[in-house]
Amino acid sequence: MDILSRIAQELEAGEDERVAELTREAIAQNLAPKEILDRGLLAGMNVVGEKFRAHEVFLPDVLLAAKAMYAGLDLLKPLLIRDGVPPAGKIILGTVQGDLHDIGKNLVGIMLKGAGFEVIDLGHDVPPARFIDAATENGADLIGMSTLLTTTMPVMRQVVAMIEERGLRGKIRTIVGGAPVTAEYAREIGADAYSFDGSHAVERVKRLMAEA
Amino acid sequence: MTAEPRGILERIAAGETLVGDGALGSLLLARGLAPGECPESWNLSRPEVIEEIASLYREAGADILQTNTFGASPMKLARHGLAERTEEINRLAVEIARRAAAGRAFVCASCGPSARLLKPYGDADPQEVLESFERQARILIEAGVQAFCVETMTDLAEAVLAVKAAKSVSPSTPVMATMTFDRTPRGFFTIMGNDVPSSAAGLADAGADIVGSNCGNGIENMVEIAREFRRSTRLPVLIQSNAGLPEIVAGQAVYSETPEFMAGKARDLIEAGVSIIGGCCGTTPEHVRAMRRAVDASLPAA
Repeated sequence: MDILSRIAQELEAGEDERVAELTREAIAQNLAPKEILDRGLLAGMNVVGEKFRAHEVFLPDVLLAAKAMYAGLDLLKPLLIRDGVPPAGKIILGTVQGDLHDIGKNLVGIMLKGAGFEVIDLGHDVPPARFIDAATENGADLIGMSTLLTTTMPVMRQVVAMIEERGLRGKIRTIVGGAPVTAEYAREIGADAYSFDGSHAVERVKRLMAEA
Repeated sequence: MTAEPRGILERIAAGETLVGDGALGSLLLARGLAPGECPESWNLSRPEVIEEIASLYREAGADILQTNTFGASPMKLARHGLAERTEEINRLAVEIARRAAAGRAFVCASCGPSARLLKPYGDADPQEVLESFERQARILIEAGVQAFCVETMTDLAEAVLAVKAAKSVSPSTPVMATMTFDRTPRGFFTIMGNDVPSSAAGLADAGADIVGSNCGNGIENMVEIAREFRRSTRLPVLIQSNAGLPEIVAGQAVYSETPEFMAGKARDLIEAGVSIIGGCCGTTPEHVRAMRRAVDASLPAA
């Protein structure tokens, strides 16, 4: 088995030290950092994401795999910057005001970081204006909003409306998700995209970036 | 007959099916709780509303009233900046529930998750989580609760800490412990991957007296979960079902299961050997009243 497949496999098993070791080895072999990221770390994380979606693995497996992914990513980051590989995009992420649930939002952040996006995570209980201020201050492409509560879903609508008011429509796009949120709801409030889990969020965000 | 009133466990052992109460959160929202506002803060600011709801549940026939303390462990209150008020929030909750019970229902302490992930998956130190639950349990016992209900747990390891905390504070007080499961193609699992048999065994080992499930499912799934618990343990089983899963209609959460529907399925729960039947999200005093009737109707004719 080649070293990148081994990285993917160790990542799936949540072996962070092995992933770091193998990533160092791959770097020493002069493999392109982007290649190590895509075919090693990301390939492994995608498998974990798919298995989580299919209920074959559970949250602990995903969180350990994410830890392993970061162990490799930390080594690759300076090299990716040196090689001039631009981040795939910059995203502001948060659980909306009134909601403290952040497990789902964290999973989306993990998958996006793995996919090469720069993620600025504002945490939970994020007021509408903070999303937009953070996006403009950081020159972000996208705002990702999550909620688990039915009662806090209207905050997403407020953020979308505020983007419109400030004349930022088209400059800052929005993606929404969370247990009670549906594609229909996303359309209704004028969000640019909806995603139902981390892997799906990566697909949708990539598509939005391509449309930009 | 002795004059001594019997406890929850004695009544279950004598073959009785007890009725729990229903949802609190959805009723508080209907009475003006702001989204994201700490529901337990209403023990301080709107005690009359909390008491009114508990009284409605008692009048509907609930044998057990839960205190408004689901998120009142100091660790969880810290998320709302209210950790310093842990003592009064919990103490007042018990006083409110005792007034509503008026000696005609058991007062049971609701203990929900810390909302933190335990190491190594998250950053919460198990010892700190245990101490947080112990602090809450000590206040609740001193204020006079008659039972604990550790509920809506998705991590067996955390549920075990909460059960142990309650038992260490008061070994003789009954502890119920219920987990929240999702249906998967391979059966029911919590998001952390705990299935029913391992949950039943783990909670029993920690000292729980009653085990089961609450939240996350409508009552049809709960009948299946109840049967799995019944096969997995000799302990009494507790089921507190949602009135279905929320659907968003015109921006409002709507729970579709009617009192009549849930009462019909409550009969299946009784047949499955469940000892306590109550409601979770979306249920109302009307749901509890209907389930009370279903439980009473199941009694063998004297």
